[in-house]
Parts: sequence; C-alpha cells; structure tokens
Amino acid sequence: MLDLARIAAVVRKDVRSELRNRYSINALAMFVVTAVATILFALRSESPGPASLSGMYWVVVFFSAMSGLARVFVSEEERGTALTLQLTTSSGVLFAGKLAVNVALTMLLTAAVTALYLIAFPTFVLRTPETFLLTVIFGSIGFASASTILAAIIAKANSRGTLYPVLAFPVLIPLLMTVMSATERALEGEPLAAAAGDLQVLVGYCLIMIAGSFLLFDFVWSE
Amino acid sequence: MNHVRLKLTDLQKRYNRRTIFQQIGADVTGPGSLAIVGRNGSGKSTLAKIIAGVLSPTSGSVHLEVGGSEIKREVRHRSIGFVAPYLTLYDEFTAVENIVILESMRNGRAPAQADVEAWLEEMGLAARRHERVGTFSSGMKQRVKYATALIHRPALLILDEPTANLDEDGARFVEKVVQRQSGSGIVVVATNESHEAAWCRSRIELGTR
Amino acid sequence: MAWVRIGSILLITYTLVAGILTPMVPSPQGAFEFPLIPGLEEKARNIFFHVPSAWTTVVAFLVALWYGGKYLRTRQIEDDLASEAAAGLGLMFCILATVTGALWAKFNWGSFWNWDPRQTSIFILLLIYGAYFALRSAVEVEETRARLSAVYAILAGLTVPFFIFVLPRLVGGLHPGAAGDPDGTGPVVSLQMTGPMFIVFFAGLIGFNLLFVWMFDLRVRASRLAYRRSLHEG
Repeated sequence: MLDLARIAAVVRKDVRSELRNRYSINALAMFVVTAVATILFALRSESPGPASLSGMYWVVVFFSAMSGLARVFVSEEERGTALTLQLTTSSGVLFAGKLAVNVALTMLLTAAVTALYLIAFPTFVLRTPETFLLTVIFGSIGFASASTILAAIIAKANSRGTLYPVLAFPVLIPLLMTVMSATERALEGEPLAAAAGDLQVLVGYCLIMIAGSFLLFDFVWSE
Repeated sequence: MNHVRLKLTDLQKRYNRRTIFQQIGADVTGPGSLAIVGRNGSGKSTLAKIIAGVLSPTSGSVHLEVGGSEIKREVRHRSIGFVAPYLTLYDEFTAVENIVILESMRNGRAPAQADVEAWLEEMGLAARRHERVGTFSSGMKQRVKYATALIHRPALLILDEPTANLDEDGARFVEKVVQRQSGSGIVVVATNESHEAAWCRSRIELGTR
Repeated sequence: MAWVRIGSILLITYTLVAGILTPMVPSPQGAFEFPLIPGLEEKARNIFFHVPSAWTTVVAFLVALWYGGKYLRTRQIEDDLASEAAAGLGLMFCILATVTGALWAKFNWGSFWNWDPRQTSIFILLLIYGAYFALRSAVEVEETRARLSAVYAILAGLTVPFFIFVLPRLVGGLHPGAAGDPDGTGPVVSLQMTGPMFIVFFAGLIGFNLLFVWMFDLRVRASRLAYRRSLHEG
C-alpha cells in the first residue's frame, strides 16, 4: 500500500510542472500580498491586539489557501490529464502525492504570511515561538488534508471558484477556531503547556481528516 | 509468456438515466484480440474505459487475469496500456519527460533510457524528443501516447480509435502493434473502421437492437 | 406507515395545545400546571418546539449520511434520492431550529445571535446543508452528483465530534448547563422541568421525529416514482 517511490514520482511531476508554468506560486504570492495590504489599509494606524491579529492571520491563510490549493486537481481536470493519471497511478498513491504537494504549498503560504505580518504589524510578536511553530505546522497539515479531497470534489463540479470556499468553510471551522486560539496564546506569550489542549485537537483533526480522505478519495476519483 | 485472460460478465452502463448498453459479455484468453464496434454514441469508449478500470459499470464485472492471478481494479493500470485520441499528455513536458514521468508514477522507477530512446525511434519521434509536447501536432501526440502505453509491456492493450490523427505510416505501425500484442497478450480495439475491426479475432457489437 | 401519520398528528397537536395552554405557576401541582422557572418564565414554552426541531435536524443529517454511505456501496440512485430527501428536510428543520433559537436568544440573552457553542453548531450545520445543496446543483451528471454529495456529507460528518467535544471548550456557552449560563436558569431540562413538562417535551420530540419520518417517506416515494418513470421514458 505504502508506495513511496510512486508517491515521490507524483510529487516530482507536480513540482516540475509548477516550476515550468509557475501557475500557482506567482498568483498565490500576489494574493497574499494583496490580502495583507488590504488589511493594512483597513486598519490605517490602529494597532490590533493578539485576538484580532491571530484571527486576521488565519483569515488571510484561509482565503489564500482557497485560491491556491484547488489547483492540484482542477488543473488535471481542466487539461484532461485526469484520465491519464487514472491510467498510470492508483488513487491512493495519487492522493498521497497531491496531499504532500498541498501540505508543502500551505507551509510556504503560512511562512509568507508570517513574514509579512512580522514586517507589517509591530504588535505581531511571537512571544511563544514554539507554540506558534507547532500550530502553523499542524495547522498547515490539517488545512491541506481537508482541502485536498475537497479540491478533488470541486474539480468534478461546475462553478469551481465560488464553490470551493463554500464547501471548505464548514469542514475547516473546527480547525480555524483551534489554530486561532493557539495563535492567540502564542502572541499573548502563554507557555507552550497552555496550548497543549489546542495542539491535541489539531493533531486529532489532522489524523481524522487524513484517514477519512484516504478512505473516501477513491469514490471521488474513480467514476 | 504469461497467461492472460479478460472476461466481461453482463456489463451494463447507465448514465444520467440513460442506458448506454447492457448485457455485454466476452471471454478472451490470450494470446488474443477483441474488437468493439458500433455506431457513434453506442458506448465504445465507455466500454473501453470500463475495461481499463477507470469507469465502473452500473452492473456486471470485468475480470482480468495475468499469470493465473486476478488483477484488481486498483492496480489494473500496471497491466494495461491505453491509447485514445481523448487521452491528454502534459503539454509542458517534452516527449521524453512525458514517457519518463508517467512510467515512474506507474512503476516507482524511471524506465531505462535505452528503452525510451528505442521507443521514440520506433515512433519516428527521435529528432524532436526534447521538444515540448504542447508544440506537437495531434498525430505526433498520438505517437507519444503509443510509447507511454507500450513501454511497460502491458498484458492488456486497449486502443480506442487506434489510427485517429495518424498518417499512413502511423497506421501501418498500429497494425504491427496490434499483431504483436495479439500474439503476446490481449489487445482490445474500439473502432468505426471495418478494416481495423478485422485485425481482431473476436468482437463485441454495441447498439444492435 | 399509518401509525406514523396518526402518531405525529396526535403528538404534535397535543404538544401545541398542552405546551401553550397549560398555565405556569410558581409552585405547580398536578398534571395541568407547569413550574414558572425564574429567568425563563413563559418563554420556557419554546422548549417544546425549539429542542425537537434542533434534534430532528441532527437526525435528518444522520439519515442523509447513512443513505449517502449506502449509495457509495450499492450505487443505486434510489439511495441518493433518499439522502437528498433527508437533507432537504434537515435543512427545513435546521432553519426552524435556528429561527426559534434566535428568537428565544433575543428575549432571554438580549440579542438574536451570541455565538454560543450550540448556536455556532446549528449555524455550521446550516452551512453544511447549504454547501451540500450548492454542490448538488453544480454537478450535472446524476451518478457523479450522487457520489460527490455522499462523500461531502461523510466528510462534513467527520467534523461533528469536534463540535460536540471541542467547541464548548473554546467558547463560553449560554445554553443551560454551560459555564456562561447568565442568570442561573440552570440545567432546565434535567432539573427544573417537572413531570408534566417532560411529558409534553417528549411528546414534541417524538412527534417531530414521526413527522420527519412521514415527510421523508413521502418524498422518497415521490422521487422514486419520478425516477422510475423517467427511466421508462428515456
């Protein structure tokens, strides 16, 4: 079942394709910059506290992810290469590969948003960096795991762009509430132990979503 | 040579409340060949995809056996090659890259370079092997698809409209491929052309009422 | 099915009449008086309608989930039609629960919406139902629509444990039994409801569920008939 070489081949294919076209990365980078700039305009000279900052941080991540993570499947479906993939890989291998790509993309995304926030907001200080790091890592994995199978679903539907956040939001709410709470703790400077509960929930969410996606993906992918 | 057997039992496909075909059955033991014929819209491509395992039938079953053991649908792609005009390659990759990438996704390792070169040579693509497939004509893309479908020496080869987009030279090559495959494994040809159907020893006729 | 129809009519009629007409007195005696709970007063009557509709919403979601899973195994369009019927009714009960809840919240907690955990949960359930139907209308091929919506329902169902166990920990609650319950109305259901209230409450609960079963059965049979007829015509 676990077929790392084939999974790696799927990842390599996507990375190579991305390097050649730069469809996702450039657009995604601009999206992040635009979103953060909009928030800055809206706030003018206000200096938001930890609660609003952690909320706005994940709002930017959420909408950027919604604009970028669907590509892994939408591009295959639009170009007609979905059939080619079906004829060359099993659904488990393909899903693992696409999931890995999306996890990497989400981590890049959070890294970019973090960098921008550190520059743009003087009050965005990571007082407990270890909490923040763990939150961002597991948050990215959780984000990507729920978003990847939803990307596969919307790739088969019409009106993909609007449908994606509509489908993803209810599924991502438990994750969003938890990462917002944990990020707030990291900004407040609460010790790592205070966020232990949040982190447990995050890990649980990742495990449930990954297991569920693996079981359900074949139903989405094979007609 | 490995023993190959393809058995279709009472296949039915319904799509959006419309029955495309029903009660389709066949039993081919390799070496052998099977033609799927029928007018436009009778479901030739649908049946080809069902045999390939990328589409599931509404009822009935497809049974593929290689070397005495059943090949489950999840791994059927490792034992089959599939060529069709509606199959799409990656435009941003070159001919060589397409073959290597698809093959390493299928087998977990890249094919031997000599093998890739040999196939490209045979397909008459050697001169343009490092050009992006996006710049190719549809006939040349079709040739690359043959290379990707044949390089892992599949037990079952499925060809939907095998000579679509191909010139005379290409068509002769396809005939050779069909003959070679029907001597070593099983080849399934879905076609409108009677002379292509005549390449095969058994046939399924769709859409006859 | 006759007993379902008769049962739901009788129970809901009883709940309506008894729930609204039974007088509320500070120290109730006998079967025809309800206790006057301080902080809730006459507003407590809403419990006979609000809680059963919220409960039926969840039941409908589970039924939709069950038939979705069944479709993935059997690939019979009839199962998908049942899943859709259950989800449609669930959406209706979900709106009822949200509206009755918001009204109650306005008069008891001061505003229509407070982001109390259960309000949040019902809101998310509303979003899930909405997303489910948005997805269905975005897919044209019936088999694909059935597959995708079943998978989505199951995926959404996977998040339910988080709403039950995690949400109340993150957000202070106002519902009875929660930490933030303001004027000590306490766990109404378990402590302050008396026998006669319980009877009306459970009559409402069972009555609403029977009503769901009745409507579900009607919708499933109607859509099956339409489906079979279209098969013959096609």
